[in-house]
Amino acid sequence: MNNPKRNTILFSLLFLGLIVLFFVNISLGSITIPFKEVYTSLTGGQSSKSTWEYIIINYRLPKAITAVLVGMGLSISGLLMQTLFRNPLAGPYVLGLSSGASLGVAFVILGASVLPSILSGILLSPYGIVLASTLGSTTVLLLVLLVSQRLRDTMAILIVGLMFGSFTSAVVGVLTYFSSAEQLQKFTFWSMGNLGNLSWSSILILSICVLLGLFLSLLSIKPLNALLLGENYAKSMGLNFNKARLIIILATSILAGSITAYAGPIAFIGLAVPHIAKLVFQTSNHTVLFWSTLLFGAAIMLICDVVSQMPGMEITLPINAITSILGAPVVIWLLVRKRSFK
Amino acid sequence: MTTNILTTSSLSIGYTSKKETVTIAENLNLNLKAGKLIALIGANGIGKSTLLRTITGIQKPLRGTVLLKDKKISNYEPLALAQNLSMVLTEKLPPSNLTVFELVALGRQPYTNWIGTLSDKDIQIIHEAIELTQIGHLSQKKHYEISDGQLQKVLIGRALAQDTPLIILDEPTTHLDLLHKVSLLKLLKKLTHETGKCILFSTHDIDMAIQLSDEMIIMTPETVIQDEPCNLISKGSFTTLFKDEHIVFDSEKGKFMIV
Repeated sequence: MNNPKRNTILFSLLFLGLIVLFFVNISLGSITIPFKEVYTSLTGGQSSKSTWEYIIINYRLPKAITAVLVGMGLSISGLLMQTLFRNPLAGPYVLGLSSGASLGVAFVILGASVLPSILSGILLSPYGIVLASTLGSTTVLLLVLLVSQRLRDTMAILIVGLMFGSFTSAVVGVLTYFSSAEQLQKFTFWSMGNLGNLSWSSILILSICVLLGLFLSLLSIKPLNALLLGENYAKSMGLNFNKARLIIILATSILAGSITAYAGPIAFIGLAVPHIAKLVFQTSNHTVLFWSTLLFGAAIMLICDVVSQMPGMEITLPINAITSILGAPVVIWLLVRKRSFK
Repeated sequence: MTTNILTTSSLSIGYTSKKETVTIAENLNLNLKAGKLIALIGANGIGKSTLLRTITGIQKPLRGTVLLKDKKISNYEPLALAQNLSMVLTEKLPPSNLTVFELVALGRQPYTNWIGTLSDKDIQIIHEAIELTQIGHLSQKKHYEISDGQLQKVLIGRALAQDTPLIILDEPTTHLDLLHKVSLLKLLKKLTHETGKCILFSTHDIDMAIQLSDEMIIMTPETVIQDEPCNLISKGSFTTLFKDEHIVFDSEKGKFMIV
């Protein structure tokens, strides 16, 4: 049943859970910091150890904020694509958007030696990587869209996405042949995904990109609801389909492109989170799904980050490994349990 | 005196490819009036869909004009068109969790604000549409949980909620058994008379269309005729419908016979 009371309770719980997770995320890490000290550092008070304060303000807080931005952005871009392509398996990673972004970044990082020095100077700046990544993901999305108009079969679209993935790794493979060990290491670290290492100024750029993407998604809620009946019905209800599709594509490209640029290609979040939201809220109404996907995305990304920190241990696992380990079974479970595809 | 909702004058339909222009029908002068249930019949491949696509503005006419409420259909903005013309299509709905109520409510999209908030008036119109189509007991069910016949009614309910003077249905009786075909057509008839809307539907159930519709449009390779069913029978228009010696129209009984 889809009653507003149940939704209000779920939203309140989700919101509270998110706040708790945010603080838990900041308090856990390879160095144990008492919760009370975390609280004093965050509220601007003097922590008893200046290193703790430094870790929290300059390392853990930015990382937690990045996790929230990444989780929200990727999940929403997955939600938009699942409705636009009428395909429950669509997502930024599966459709090859992340691969496209990787290709863009690979060209910038690995191909820098081939490019003229002025150009590589511009491209290696933080903005250059964002630009290359967004361009890469937009190109792939446009190609996927082109294919999807020729092929009505939605499974074919997924295969096309997979092909883009293979193509990208092949091109990256070729590029690695011509690049230095240092460049290679930089690219490999980027491709494993990393929520840390973002300076406050990078977070500002990422926030602006994500907020812009989310704003465009907000504008797409009504068209997305119309598209639940298919393209032709949506048009018969007065939807300017081309304009709506353009906004949706722009939103997903900005979200997936900017996030991939800063945090690397992060798998499965975009695919799995919208399904979790649909399953919990039992609705297709995008007004509800938008906010629930947003909250679930942030919460799940924070959990994945906590897991990757391996609290109390020295090592940190790559975030991409965690999202894949948690996400892949979710997708298989969704496939087996076909009902949730409705 | 009934008002014209949609008229076509010297309309030619067909399509143009790179090499040639294919004309499917020429010089159509059709007239869809308020409060009438009109059936569109013709053999498979005769061009019913092309005609529907042309008069709904999806496809451009080769020549001539389509006027919807005295204004050329190509001059309508998408939103204004959606407030005057609603459709029930044959295509399958994509998978989703939409409930029957939400599906009918989507019909209000041409009237709602940027985020699609339903006003009290919208909700009232949705309830009226649900009541008219007798689907109240289903309103909280998911759209994939109900039968084909019920889904057809829900889609008609959605078109009603769109609140347009003209509703066009593409083969609404396909996939339904006799009982549901009859109840659906009777529902359409009731709707035209109670709401004063004009409803045009294409169908292959000619016997039923003869009995239940107010007017019929018959498409044959040579010509397209619009008239009341009894006039069409006396004119012998049905005999030209199928080019097959084994199918004969019995004008006394008003149905086709196989000999």
